[in-house]
Amino acid sequence: MNPPLVICSDVGKAWQTADTPVVALEGINLGIARREFVVFLGPSGCGKSTLLYLIAGLEQATSGTIESGGARVTGPGTDRGLIFQESSLFPWMTVGENVTFGLKLQGVAALERRQVAAGLLRKVGLGDVAHKRPDQLSGGMRQRAAMARALALRPEVLLLDEPFAALDVQTRSKMQQFLVEVWRDSGASMLFVTHHIDEAVALADRVVVFTARPGRIKSVVPIDLPRPRDPRSPAFHALSDHLTDLLRDEVDRAFAEQERVR
Amino acid sequence: MRALLLAAGSGPPRQAASVQPTRMAQAVTVAGWWLLSLGLFAGMWEVAWAFGWADPLLLPPPHVFLRNFADQAQFFVSSDVVGEESSAGALRSLAMTVVASSLRVVAGLLLGFVCSVTLGLLIRYFKLLGNLTLPTITLLAPISPIAWLPVAIFIFGIGNPPAIFMVFISLFFVMTLSTISQIDSVSRTYLNVGAIMGASRRQLFLHVIIPAILPSLFMVLRMNLFGAWMVVLVAEATGVGSGLGQIVMLARNTFNSSLSFFTMTLIGVTGFLFDIALRQIQRRVLFWVPPSAVGRL
Repeated sequence: MNPPLVICSDVGKAWQTADTPVVALEGINLGIARREFVVFLGPSGCGKSTLLYLIAGLEQATSGTIESGGARVTGPGTDRGLIFQESSLFPWMTVGENVTFGLKLQGVAALERRQVAAGLLRKVGLGDVAHKRPDQLSGGMRQRAAMARALALRPEVLLLDEPFAALDVQTRSKMQQFLVEVWRDSGASMLFVTHHIDEAVALADRVVVFTARPGRIKSVVPIDLPRPRDPRSPAFHALSDHLTDLLRDEVDRAFAEQERVR
Repeated sequence: MRALLLAAGSGPPRQAASVQPTRMAQAVTVAGWWLLSLGLFAGMWEVAWAFGWADPLLLPPPHVFLRNFADQAQFFVSSDVVGEESSAGALRSLAMTVVASSLRVVAGLLLGFVCSVTLGLLIRYFKLLGNLTLPTITLLAPISPIAWLPVAIFIFGIGNPPAIFMVFISLFFVMTLSTISQIDSVSRTYLNVGAIMGASRRQLFLHVIIPAILPSLFMVLRMNLFGAWMVVLVAEATGVGSGLGQIVMLARNTFNSSLSFFTMTLIGVTGFLFDIALRQIQRRVLFWVPPSAVGRL
């Protein structure tokens, strides 16, 4: 058995506000295997996105360690791609330039970059848009371009922070199918943050359920449904109900806390 | 303007031909309102003159101060000396005067923009430089450019340099501070994307921060354009010896109200054309900023 690709050992994250320290994450122990699709599910503010940013290396854990590919994470690295919730394409570059931005930073020649961009855009189902500006694309197309940009650096793990949250329901379900194809094709591990239960069941090999703040792992639920998954099948519903039950207390607690803060 | 727009057509394809008539109609409507607005203003003035409410000696109406073009233009000298009568053609000497003032504004703005943006970037790139310079800059920034006028003359004497310096100084501190605050408010997401893609600090500045702050810096530049015109006129009126500011001063000293209003008209039109030109440049250089943010006429 190979060791996991990403290992979180007793990871915690706290920060100091004006009056009290806030504990966002506490005692996270988790391993993510190569080519595994893991979904982080939890109520808003439970720290699931924070954990993603810690793994990305954009923030530092206040306790514990994170390893990726056998090396300790101390900052961002091209072995870990990240896709953001909102559109993150640079408006001053064409879509093609955005997709190959990482390669440009590495000094890859312009001609080669153009070829790579064309190939990647085709791979994510975007045809002839390399010369367009990001604001000429729809929300779904922009997120696919962002995916192509992340894939350009051939990451071993792709971190996705609620990437479809801003999309309408129809586009969202299309994008989910499409993401599964990209995942199979790229051979990367996927770490996907969401608060949508159905999205978690549709995508994951394993769903990691978080508690309300401070975020801890409440439960890890394997989803052993065959793909493609039918959201109307009884097995899908059973899993979705199970996750709903797991989450209900946490959502109530998160809600109560938000009310109290207000 | 239209020709410039077409000639430099490097941007995305504009509206299709089928939409042209409505754009034409829009342009006609805009032009109509312009004429009406100007006509109303001039008309009220003329009426006030016709009824004898406005003293023609103090407030000569437009048809008076625009009528005798050659008579006005004699005061615009193509050489750099004011006070002699012009020997060159009226139109030529007038153009020379406007160009002289305009070049001072352009030179000052260009120098000011480049220097202040560079300094702002360096301040945020090298923390030590920021610590050393920021307190002083913050203290110098609120000093009115007019207060710099004696300094400009002490250092540069008479001629072009003090006028250019005045425009430069009117822009420099504002723009430096504005550059810094724009750098500080670059979207976290853009910076994160840069970091995730493996950008070094230098690459982050070059490929993310500079393009991200340029649009708002250009807005600041445009806002300061009118200020630059104000300052250049003061500089010319006191220490340069030519330009529109000198004509204004001449009109005051010789109690020539017609010349005064004539020059004011020139200044207004030139300033307006400058703003249009800057807007066009903005549209070319900052192609990704939507036209609504650039501002329409």
